[in-house]
Amino acid sequence: MLDRYLSQIGKYFLMWKQIFNKPTKWSVMKGLILKEIDDLIIGSLGIVAFISFFVGGVIAIQTALNLNSPLIPKYLIGFATRQSMILEFAPTFISIIMAGKMGSFITSSIGTMRVTEQIDALEVMGVNALNYLVFPKLMALLFYPFVIGIAMFLGILGGWVAGVYGGFAPSADFVEGLQRDLIPFHIAYAFIKTFIFAIVLATIPAFHGFYMKGGALEVGKASTVAFVWTSVIIILLNFILTQMLLT
Amino acid sequence: MIIVKDIEKSFGGAKILKGITAVFETGKTNLIIGQSGSGKTVLLKSLLGIHTPEVGTIDFDGRIYSNLTPNEKIELRTEIGMVFQGSALFDSMSVEDNVGFPLKMFTTKSTSEIKERVNVVLARVNLINANHKLPSEISGGMQKRVAIARAIVNNPKYLFCDEPNSGLDPNTAILIDNLIMEITEEYNITTVINTHDMNSVMEIGQNILFLKNGLKAWEGTKDEIFRTDNEAIVDFVYSSNLFKKVREAMLKE
Repeated sequence: MLDRYLSQIGKYFLMWKQIFNKPTKWSVMKGLILKEIDDLIIGSLGIVAFISFFVGGVIAIQTALNLNSPLIPKYLIGFATRQSMILEFAPTFISIIMAGKMGSFITSSIGTMRVTEQIDALEVMGVNALNYLVFPKLMALLFYPFVIGIAMFLGILGGWVAGVYGGFAPSADFVEGLQRDLIPFHIAYAFIKTFIFAIVLATIPAFHGFYMKGGALEVGKASTVAFVWTSVIIILLNFILTQMLLT
Repeated sequence: MIIVKDIEKSFGGAKILKGITAVFETGKTNLIIGQSGSGKTVLLKSLLGIHTPEVGTIDFDGRIYSNLTPNEKIELRTEIGMVFQGSALFDSMSVEDNVGFPLKMFTTKSTSEIKERVNVVLARVNLINANHKLPSEISGGMQKRVAIARAIVNNPKYLFCDEPNSGLDPNTAILIDNLIMEITEEYNITTVINTHDMNSVMEIGQNILFLKNGLKAWEGTKDEIFRTDNEAIVDFVYSSNLFKKVREAMLKE
């Protein structure tokens, strides 16, 4: 069992080397990167915007409902919404949602190519299939922090809308909470995490798709396994990075 | 010409190829036949460089594959065309883009030159007015034609086909077999076809290599296959009543 895990980890790091070996012609790669940006980044904006806006609203309402004492200032609603969205919800939990959305797309699309011998076709032609298939995804996910930036903004906006129009806090108090005790490094910390999660989001699902064996049923299984492992790695890295950067 | 010498290949301790020696001639259709599990797919994948044999050599016109540098191997692969059993066309690309893919990847040809060459090969495989269709929008027979067009678009020296007519109706299967044979002769390429379809053997079996349990059990031509007394090949070929009757008729003649 342990042998199998160690061998898989070794194979994952060897895959990294192969991704950068024998690069595909830039004229071809350019088109592939643009397509991946469209599929992975632009295609995720809708769901990210929807979830962030409403979760931001829920955080504001929950915070307001738990602040019963008149001695606690209302600006805490804005403060809690900002901190929750920037520190954890946008970078970490959106990444776990994306492990389901982007991750299963990456695993199933590469896995289907494996099952239907399209990857064999690339390799027989002399194309470095890992570079051709995974490198554009890695490059596209360099834009992932942009998605998380939007999630942060819309989450806070959702919190403001719910807080102000729900009658939980005046707009001025909410905005004061947003501005109060803002530590710029927290934003840097969030984007450092996001960048590392982006790499995990591109490569772990690709690994599971690329090295899968079997037929259509196994493509589904590989997508599930990829989602589980991507989520586990994101949660572990979140813990390690928080320890390293914030303590 | 491809010369295979004493190649052996094992998986998980089980020896699949047990010392195969064969010559695949240029300008001829060389068939590898045998029952499922006889090792023919492993042999084909070894020729393609997907599997690396533990013992033996594969010689591509004087170039021993195992002695080549990684760059020389890549260069050799650009001389290979492959038709996969399921066609293996890229789902997200149109017919035109699938066929032009090797040119786009490995040549400096302009878009218009690629388009021109693609149209020539598509016409050669009798596929017209399908350039902009996706693989999912065309029939299995047309997909095979596109796969053949993609395999020959970069003027390969070697063409490999893995069960090229599986899943096709008998008429289309014969058309595909004949197309492969015509292309082999016209372009003077070394074609290796993996099949267990006896109709293909009878249509295009210019050289036949019969494998059984990882060993070369027989080799010859389509004319010799009906006259041989080799027990292994007789068992394989005459599993069908139709071929039993054909053999009886031929022996009477």
